[in-house]
Amino acid sequence: MTDTTQKPKGFLARHAILERSPTLLFLCSFGVVTIGGIVEIAPLFYLENTIEKVEGVRPYSPLELAGRDIYIREGCYVCHSQMIRPMRDEVERYGHYSLAAESMYDHPFQWGSKRTGPDVARVGGKYSDAWHLDHLSAPRSVVPESIMPGYAYLTESFVNAEYVADLVATHRFVGVPYTDEMIAVAAADVRTQVDPDSDDYDALLARYPGAQIRNFDGAPGVSEMDALIAYLQVLGTMVDFSTFTPDASR
Amino acid sequence: MSGGKKDIDEVTGTDTTGHSWDGIKELNNPLPRWWLYTLYLCIIWAVGYSIMYPAWPMISKASAGVLGYSTRGEVAADIAKFEAANAEISAQLAAADLTTLSQNEELMRFATSAGGAVFRNNCSQCHGSGAAGAKGYPNLLDDDWLWGGDFENISYTIRHGIRNEEDFDARYSQMTAFDEILSNAEIDAVVQHVRALSNQDHDAALAAEGASVFMDNCAACHGDDAMGNRDLGAPDLTDAIWLYGGDAATLEQTVRYARFGVMPPWGERLTDAEVQAVAAYVHQLGGGE
Repeated sequence: MTDTTQKPKGFLARHAILERSPTLLFLCSFGVVTIGGIVEIAPLFYLENTIEKVEGVRPYSPLELAGRDIYIREGCYVCHSQMIRPMRDEVERYGHYSLAAESMYDHPFQWGSKRTGPDVARVGGKYSDAWHLDHLSAPRSVVPESIMPGYAYLTESFVNAEYVADLVATHRFVGVPYTDEMIAVAAADVRTQVDPDSDDYDALLARYPGAQIRNFDGAPGVSEMDALIAYLQVLGTMVDFSTFTPDASR
Repeated sequence: MSGGKKDIDEVTGTDTTGHSWDGIKELNNPLPRWWLYTLYLCIIWAVGYSIMYPAWPMISKASAGVLGYSTRGEVAADIAKFEAANAEISAQLAAADLTTLSQNEELMRFATSAGGAVFRNNCSQCHGSGAAGAKGYPNLLDDDWLWGGDFENISYTIRHGIRNEEDFDARYSQMTAFDEILSNAEIDAVVQHVRALSNQDHDAALAAEGASVFMDNCAACHGDDAMGNRDLGAPDLTDAIWLYGGDAATLEQTVRYARFGVMPPWGERLTDAEVQAVAAYVHQLGGGE
């Protein structure tokens, strides 16, 4: 800069100071980006509408959690979203729009925006277990126009209950409030949830209120099909919308 | 920035900014006016927008905005608008006597088109988009009904479902699994008897043997004449309509391990008018009684 004949005029003309010092420029840029980040991100951690408390949402039972892992492993999220948007057409078709709290124990969340198949955020209870078994095994046996692949091998692949306990512990590590007891009995809970005659029936329900306990695939053993159907059958069923009305101003 | 005097670049004839780096000068080519004014307009728009709509994070929630807009409010208003538009006819339908519905042309048209929409969204996955059913899921086009095909029975089935855990009023019955009750020979015989009942190819000798097995074990629900019993959802075994299949292998499977078809209850998910509408829709598909 050889232009020394002119004096800077006013505050705005002082940018030359920043432009000539890389360190200062970096520090000031960092400051600006930080402010932007704080304004845009930090409020999400305290604003009421993002941390809305909703009654009924509980951590997934071990079997449901194992099913969720299979859902992710098989790439179901590639074609199915799990978020009903607040729009009339979606609410009419799928049910009440999704609430943030309903995926508070999802790590990672399964919202998605790509729907080759329908949204499954509230698929729980909509179809029978037998239908899910038929549909997952051979989708076109019940929905001839479907383009979904078949997952019949899930009935022959079994859930290793010991690994499920590790899975539960991992989810606690990332913030899901599983207790020590829940982790200790996780492997047993996996087997209990497919056995309605189990002595632990009530204990499992106390740990995971509203969990559905039955032999989902109708076959002996805890297959991956059992886990996946258990997961699908709980989706969107935790919040009772007959007693809970979301604050409309949010 | 350059003082009062203009420093014109000789080659281009353009004014310079007065900045010079090792003798290289920066030409002063300002942004086009239209571009600048668009930018300024956008800034003004943004200020107005953030006042009118929810925008700035405050202590416990974002600023509400002067217009009072919220996504949840909008969807609620949108749904309310359409509900209000249909309120009168929906109330009529909810209170209507379905048996006389066909006399009211307007209401009938509303019921079947609304019922068709509800059916395609909620029922078609099992019963098929054309209501022809699939293995294990009844065809709704024929007049062979498990639990009854008049308006009252159809809407009861829709409202409460079949053999589900959610609704205590669900239709319920449980066929016995005869695997450990009957001998293999008895099962073979009764399968052939059922084949005979439905006029299919069968072993006449075995079928005759199976008649007494049928009377002792099956007739209580399926009837002495094997025509079924709608109070129990027991199917008619004399016709050619099979829910799971009428071939010998499938029949044996059914006799040995029984069947337990489940239908979810829809009374919670659907409004009264929607239940009525889909009942009317199913009834007029062809088999309604």
